[in-house]
Amino acid sequence: MTDPNIPVTEDELHAFVDDELPAERRADVEAWLKAHPDDAERVRSWRSMAELLHARYDAVAEEPVPQRLELERLTRQSQSRPWIYGAVAAALVAFLAGGSIGWLAHGASTSTSSFQTFALDALDAHRTYVVEVRHPVEVEGSDRAHLQQWLSKRVGYTIKAPDLESAGLKLVGGRLLPGPDTPAAFFMYETPSGERFTLYTSRARTDTTSMRFAEQDKDGAMFWADKGVGYVVSGTSDKARLNTVARAIYDQTDKAGG
Amino acid sequence: MNAFRDGVESMIPALRRYARALARDSDIADDLVQDTLVRALRSEKLFLGGDLRSWLYTILTNLNRNRRRSLARKPVFTELYDNNADASGTEAEGRDISRALAHLVEEQRSVLLLVMLEGLSYREVADIQGVPIGTVMSRLARARAHVKAYLDGERPALRAVK
Repeated sequence: MTDPNIPVTEDELHAFVDDELPAERRADVEAWLKAHPDDAERVRSWRSMAELLHARYDAVAEEPVPQRLELERLTRQSQSRPWIYGAVAAALVAFLAGGSIGWLAHGASTSTSSFQTFALDALDAHRTYVVEVRHPVEVEGSDRAHLQQWLSKRVGYTIKAPDLESAGLKLVGGRLLPGPDTPAAFFMYETPSGERFTLYTSRARTDTTSMRFAEQDKDGAMFWADKGVGYVVSGTSDKARLNTVARAIYDQTDKAGG
Repeated sequence: MNAFRDGVESMIPALRRYARALARDSDIADDLVQDTLVRALRSEKLFLGGDLRSWLYTILTNLNRNRRRSLARKPVFTELYDNNADASGTEAEGRDISRALAHLVEEQRSVLLLVMLEGLSYREVADIQGVPIGTVMSRLARARAHVKAYLDGERPALRAVK
């Protein structure tokens, strides 16, 4: 039995909304809300908050599950990994010790997604080579046809050095770099005042993504994947300016059919 | 397929929803779900009954916490266009709530989503976060207060009209 005269606490209001309140206390809270419009308003706002969350995120649960999350596929992948045994052993020890799911708090770790790593590799290459005065590239921009032919052959798809004259950028040249799985092509551009932008492209494990932005210190990168080929445009962290350059490149690589 | 796998599989849509709201980036969210599933499958033999649903939410919550910790000193990745990741079913209200979530600290966001979006009990959330129920309730109360303040502040026009 509860006493209807006991004031309703904030905890009880939450529990009321979340169906955690003992059944015999519900009527007390309902009566309380009629007499306390401020609390009734808070309860209303929490309920509409839940509706907003469902309106925004329920659609995700209704999307078809992406291929990469299919259990069949994940099982095959995890069986091919030798470290699986170590992980299971570690988990078992933790289970025996704690007997609960708490082991995950200690054992779990995850890394940046592989495509973000791809962008970070490109940013590293950008920082390494834009400061080079004498040897920024292996093949000069004046030798464009040879550069494109050579890099296309090594990366395994047709790559053209985008023409960025409209954005005020001249091709300095390019070089071959190690990529995540296969070699990467790297092009450098500069403005008359010496500001440099680079394009890094290689085969990616990600099929197609929207354009994304990464920022590190004073450098920015716009990156995307298109039919299994990744592109990273690095340069200034000024988003609007970088975006103009990235868009110009995107439009041209699209037609080149990466 | 056995019962364990059927159970895991049936949870994928809800895990994706929770991950999307938690990370607010569709790629990162699916990475989290993928890592969660790999871990779950790997530990199948260790799972001797119990609440599969809570267990999966626990893995995902912990993976996200570790991800954020490891990202703390790495470059910041953001969506270039606000409505890009939110392309499905975007509406003004939806964007508001996801921005409001961005302002919460990790533990509060997780509690709020587990209770309000995923419908877990306080007891289950306490187990997932490894804290007493009282802590769950105070995190939930603070999260709700923050989101309410944010949403109220976001829509001065609506209040002014009334």
